[in-house]
Amino acid sequence: MRGIIASGAYLPYRRLDRSDISKFLGSGGGRGTRTVASYDEDTTTLGVEAARVALQHAPAGFQPDQLWFATVDPAYTDKTNATTLHAALRLECDIALDFGAAARSAVGALRTALTGGGSVLVVSSDIRTGQPGSGDEAGGGDAGAALVVGDESHGPVIAEYLGGASATEEFIDRWRVPGATESGNWEERFGETQYLPLGASAWKRGLDAAGVGADQVDHLIVSGLHGRAVRAMVGRLGEAKAKVVDDRTATVGNVGAAQVGLLLTDVLEQAGPGQVIAVLSLADGADLLVFRTTDAIAGYSSHRTVADQVAGGAALTYGKFLSWRGNLAVEGPRRPAPSRISASVSARSREYKYAFVGARDRASGALHLPPARFSRDGDAFDDMDPVPMSEVQGTVATFTIDRIAYSPSPPIVFAVVDFDGGGRLPVELCDLDADALAIGDRVELTFRRLFSADGIHNYFWKARPVR
Amino acid sequence: MGSHGIKDQIAIIAMGCTPFGEHWDKGADDLLIEASNEAYAVAGLGKDDVDAYWVGTAMSGSSGLVASKPLHLDNKPVTHVQNMCATGGEALRNASYAVASGAYDVAMAIGVEKVKDSGYQGLVGASRAPTDGTERTLTAAAMYAMCVPAYGKKYGVDDATMREVLAHISWKNHFNGARNHRAQFKKEVTTETICNSPLMAGTLRVFDCSGVADGATAAIICRAEDAHKYTDKPVYGKAVSFIAGNASGNADPNYDYTYFPEIGAVAADAYQQAGITNPREQIAMAEVHDCFTPAELIIMEELQLCERGTAWKEVLAGTFDLDGDFPINPDGGLKSFGHPVGASGLRKIFECYTQLRGEAPPERTIKTIDRGLAMTQDLGGYPGEMVAMVSIWGRELG
Repeated sequence: MRGIIASGAYLPYRRLDRSDISKFLGSGGGRGTRTVASYDEDTTTLGVEAARVALQHAPAGFQPDQLWFATVDPAYTDKTNATTLHAALRLECDIALDFGAAARSAVGALRTALTGGGSVLVVSSDIRTGQPGSGDEAGGGDAGAALVVGDESHGPVIAEYLGGASATEEFIDRWRVPGATESGNWEERFGETQYLPLGASAWKRGLDAAGVGADQVDHLIVSGLHGRAVRAMVGRLGEAKAKVVDDRTATVGNVGAAQVGLLLTDVLEQAGPGQVIAVLSLADGADLLVFRTTDAIAGYSSHRTVADQVAGGAALTYGKFLSWRGNLAVEGPRRPAPSRISASVSARSREYKYAFVGARDRASGALHLPPARFSRDGDAFDDMDPVPMSEVQGTVATFTIDRIAYSPSPPIVFAVVDFDGGGRLPVELCDLDADALAIGDRVELTFRRLFSADGIHNYFWKARPVR
Repeated sequence: MGSHGIKDQIAIIAMGCTPFGEHWDKGADDLLIEASNEAYAVAGLGKDDVDAYWVGTAMSGSSGLVASKPLHLDNKPVTHVQNMCATGGEALRNASYAVASGAYDVAMAIGVEKVKDSGYQGLVGASRAPTDGTERTLTAAAMYAMCVPAYGKKYGVDDATMREVLAHISWKNHFNGARNHRAQFKKEVTTETICNSPLMAGTLRVFDCSGVADGATAAIICRAEDAHKYTDKPVYGKAVSFIAGNASGNADPNYDYTYFPEIGAVAADAYQQAGITNPREQIAMAEVHDCFTPAELIIMEELQLCERGTAWKEVLAGTFDLDGDFPINPDGGLKSFGHPVGASGLRKIFECYTQLRGEAPPERTIKTIDRGLAMTQDLGGYPGEMVAMVSIWGRELG
């Protein structure tokens, strides 16, 4: 039996109320909210956060054979982004690959994993925006999703892959040239005419391959960036259409490459055993994936569910949204911008910088962040064990709001955090309103992009309140 | 092994100090020349009469060329010293050892900083080694801001009282600076103005932060027994102590941001060198590192001028005011004299020298000066991660 062993999704903390767009611009906007990746998040960090959730749901100590990462908005081209995830997640596998920068690559990576061998951590993420006032800006959303694919030798399979089908056609519906952050769209009625027959074909062949009828589908996911085609498609799926799930676009937005992973995770977090899940994706063709949940899903523990994350979050002004996405330049503190990081220094501190691994003195037990050679407690030298700290929570010992330090989005909130079981680090906080912070508050770590200089991104960990 | 000090082995025979402030019309070279020329004139020496030089600057250049080039020194040993905000004191400490050892007869220590050419607010550090990008990025103001709630909580001082204490420190230093023609800010400031100034970090406001200034200070020293060849009013070295901390505070959950152990340790060493057992009664005054007002508060306790947890009461009682029982920063301190990093340590010694020689103007002469000893305290870095220096000076041998 091959299928999904674990899944996890990550929604950024901030929400843009679409009505704020029209209040600001006099046009655009709409109803509901969308998720907004923070200024210090990119598709790589969204992927790391989602994968952390998925790995928490996987069997203890699980290590995939491969890591695949797909996004429309890669932090780097030419350089592989999956290696950053690989380092941050402290994976041991020999293969970490990016799939190309099309929305379809994410569902394609999932299908390839399901029809292949070994265990694969399939991560997708997207940051969607558009020109101010555009439909893409209001309708998009930001998220990461991660699915652990494998067979029973890798862990209990919670959703068996029954089969699927794909269809491919060349037509111009939406496009983006490399380097741009926004996409172009063709008049949408044309795309609808292209998608509907492709979807119908994949649907029929995929259900046949899976050996299930439309009437047996318990959860129907129809995904795609072409909203009109998606809605029309649902109406053509016979008895399954009544089983269509909430696609979260009213609250999260359309998260593009991450949508299949997000919605599949959402369904798996709610499904009972023996239920059929059909996932139909419309992206430059159509892909249908059919699953049946197993008895193992009954014991599948889930923290940080999609539903919980949808219910959480806090408002962000449209002005901040514009500045975070680079569409509104705001003056920062009159302080020098940081210099680029050093490749060789970063390589030497890889375990600490990317995976937040500290060192514990074997004699005194003193935990060192960052790792040290001489212990601060006693005379031990080069006698420490590495201690992964990224999943360890901490308590705010003291904190300060720095109004004059350089930040892409000032002010900076810094807290001295004492980690459970030992170790202290003054660390930047994120995803909070500064006036809500107090000494004694609980925090957890989150992987962020601190700044970029000379095109090199500086990834490290920050802390956010435990919610 | 031991720290023996060089008590009474060297003497300052002359000093020079530029006004501190925004010297838009002067570079580091000009400031260094100005301070040096004043010292040469006081000593009655020419630049070639000085056998060796130590020049301290944290961010305005590197190597002995910082001094040898503008002063056009021929065949002189010139050593560049950098130890963050303790740079100026460190320059004099090293010069002192060279003279005490007998290696040179006359040495000069110069501290200089030109900080106002960067175009940024606050201090912009010297170019730093490449990093992995994981280091702390918050400002010094933010680091010291963490001391305020920590101190208040530990000693049961409410926020409003803490604000009053910090404002008093700032007020006092401005009061003193208003009586000093070399100070950057020669104006008294009301506590109301201080408490309503813009927030910088945490609860620290603009008036809790030292002035960002350009400036230079110079000192000429010789062996103590030779001092009267040059001056009737030598100032004798009683102690020069320096330590660099192990920087564990920010990694150690036991550190609570209410004390600076490096300063406590360096003060104890200096008192031991000088043979001082009761600094509060034996010493007349101290010039301390009031980079931010909470630093001055905590330094009072580290220097054993009062019991731990009581400095805030002494501050409010006026103990450290110009006319108080133990004047602190009678020249205005970093707060109002200004803080050209490499010069500040020597500037503090300049005030000890001025007061001990009876050369302070009447409105700034401290009434405690007959105790005959004055001290400086420097620190560079942050709570949990600092270098520290204490020097003690006296007008008599013995």
